[in-house]
Amino acid sequence: MAVAAITPDYTGERLDRVENFHGNIVVYVGWDRHLMFCSPIAFATPPDTTFGKLQDEMIAGAYAQHPDFAKIDWEQVCWLLNGEPFTPDREATLAAQGVDHKSIIRMQTPGLEGIGGSHS
Amino acid sequence: MAARKLNLKERYSLLTRDLDWEYSYRDKKEIFPYEDFEGIKITDWSKWEDPFRLTMDAYWKYQAEKEKKLYAIFDAFAQNNGQQNVTDARYINAIKVFLTGVSPLEYQAYSGYAHVGRQFSGVGARTACQMQSIDELRHVQTQVHAMSHYNKFFDGFQDFSHMHDRVWYLSVPKSFFDDARSAGPFEFMVAISFSFEYVLTNLLFVPFMSGAAYNGDMATVTFGFSAQSDEARHMTLGLEVIKFLLEQHPDNVPIVQRWIDKWFWRGTRLLAIVAMMMDYMLPNRVMSWKEAWEVYFEEAGGALFKDLARYGIEMPKYAATAIAEKDHISHQTWSTFYNYGHAAAFHTWMPDEKEMDWLSEKYPDTFDKYYRPRFEHWREKEQAGERFYNPTLPMLCNTCQIPMGFTEMDDPSLIAYRQSVYQGERYNFCSDGCKDIFDHEPEKYVQSWLPVHQIYQGNCGGADIEKVLSEYYRINMGKDNLDFHGSPDEARWNAWHNLESAEERLKKAG
Amino acid sequence: MSKVYMALQDNEEAHYLVEALEEDNPDVTVDYQPAMIRIENEDRLVLKRETVEEKMGRDWDLQSLHVNLVTIGGNVDETDDEFTLSWN
Repeated sequence: MAVAAITPDYTGERLDRVENFHGNIVVYVGWDRHLMFCSPIAFATPPDTTFGKLQDEMIAGAYAQHPDFAKIDWEQVCWLLNGEPFTPDREATLAAQGVDHKSIIRMQTPGLEGIGGSHS
Repeated sequence: MAARKLNLKERYSLLTRDLDWEYSYRDKKEIFPYEDFEGIKITDWSKWEDPFRLTMDAYWKYQAEKEKKLYAIFDAFAQNNGQQNVTDARYINAIKVFLTGVSPLEYQAYSGYAHVGRQFSGVGARTACQMQSIDELRHVQTQVHAMSHYNKFFDGFQDFSHMHDRVWYLSVPKSFFDDARSAGPFEFMVAISFSFEYVLTNLLFVPFMSGAAYNGDMATVTFGFSAQSDEARHMTLGLEVIKFLLEQHPDNVPIVQRWIDKWFWRGTRLLAIVAMMMDYMLPNRVMSWKEAWEVYFEEAGGALFKDLARYGIEMPKYAATAIAEKDHISHQTWSTFYNYGHAAAFHTWMPDEKEMDWLSEKYPDTFDKYYRPRFEHWREKEQAGERFYNPTLPMLCNTCQIPMGFTEMDDPSLIAYRQSVYQGERYNFCSDGCKDIFDHEPEKYVQSWLPVHQIYQGNCGGADIEKVLSEYYRINMGKDNLDFHGSPDEARWNAWHNLESAEERLKKAG
Repeated sequence: MSKVYMALQDNEEAHYLVEALEEDNPDVTVDYQPAMIRIENEDRLVLKRETVEEKMGRDWDLQSLHVNLVTIGGNVDETDDEFTLSWN
């Protein structure tokens, strides 16, 4: 739908277009049912970041404080990319496996129920 | 012949309606250029009803009386060191949120009503908007005056207007009003007068202000109720606007319904912070957020929408979701601020045992199951000297701009994710309500100034987060932010009352 | 049936208003909360100038209600003599 506007064919400036991020893309990461981290995380990273680096450095740096984090069996993690099941390739870059600007990566860790089983 | 005393209706008519004139040498469309583009059809402005029939002379008289009462109390509060008599220094943080998050909205409302008060061709609506505009200016002034007293004794008050324009969480209220003010005049009225003032502001001004009284804060309760006494008139204006638009033309009904759906949802998201203030920041609690919501939305709003059903207006589209969220919203919002307490210009803390018991009692279906274990874990970490702070930047909803911390109401431990792709670009949302708003007017919301993205774009003073917080936001690091325990606010409070800090008590016990 | 309501600041003048409301609306519910008084009634609530004047023992302008009013719920009708809240 068009905006009801006083100017005909009104268009707005796209504030978050990828060109504005100095070579980075924004990638969101959420850890399902671990709400001690109140919301998913926003990372800005080059599109040629490998998934391995995202997992080992960025995700680990963000979530290490959680008591479940050290218990994650990474072989068993189920990943979602923008809501669809996703099998990441650790060696490949984000761009090469369809992780584009403002994509959401979710990780599910079955068996880990959060603090006191509360999904926190 | 002695002049007969005029009655209220006659006085109102003479002093308002009869001040208007016919435009003889200019086209009406040229004088009121904003009246048509939203698709609203007005056939007869004279049908506008003014239930309060307040004329300017009476307006000044009663407003002056309200001000005299108000300033007498401010003086008494200051002269008696009222800042020392609140229940607990933690409470003051709710007032910091109010000054940085709410008072600037009063200013935005002043500006918004001045604008629409010029743009309507109906004189009844213009008069009502003019009075409301002056009211809103009075509100921001009295609020700043009242809270300036706290600025002498507590951190976090000093740069409220600068912070409102820049700090990440204050983009939530700021963008709410920017959205309303950049809409057409009729949408502004439905957004602010009806959806916000009529349906939702009671939740801010009534139970919260009553809570301020219960916590010894006479200055705040007084400006709150003084503002609210204008609010009764604003609410009536809101209801009048709706009825007038619906009676003018059947084509207005679907437009108004969509605005109600949109602004009810935007308003409930905005009030998440009030929910948190009520449940977590008032040491003496009057009622829970959930109870307030039941009285002021479910009961009062239910009666209102039943009344409006005769026009074909229904309950706001996502009312059921908002009702389900009453059990979660305050806890989720407090969790968010606790996570990012290092980046906020007020203090956060974990509730003590008694307060957690109160929350368990008030939220029997959710608090123990979803939130208490998390909070107890955080409390343990704090006692071990490892107070939890989230080291990242959060993902924000593209519409309400709140960190994506709200969960699915049919699965409350799962974050709600919604996404739209518009012209090849992804946009993410916290809820169906926020996604709908974007999908209907994407050209407006592609312009969202999302604080986290702005930091990543380098528009907030560079890549060093510490500098963004201290220089761009002007948060006094180590004073305004972090946990209440260990803060200079706490130390001053303890010195006034000869109390020991929690840390000192621990040391002695150890 | 829906409830209409008003809330008044809890002060001297409001106590007379409450007395008048109680007299003119026999089924009214009055709830004293911190710093405020909430008055509610099924469908309709009327405040009459004459009754307030009788309680106060002096003249009282109905519009000065605004000074003590905190909030209302319902459609408003105001004349020189009566302030009425109602739902249709």
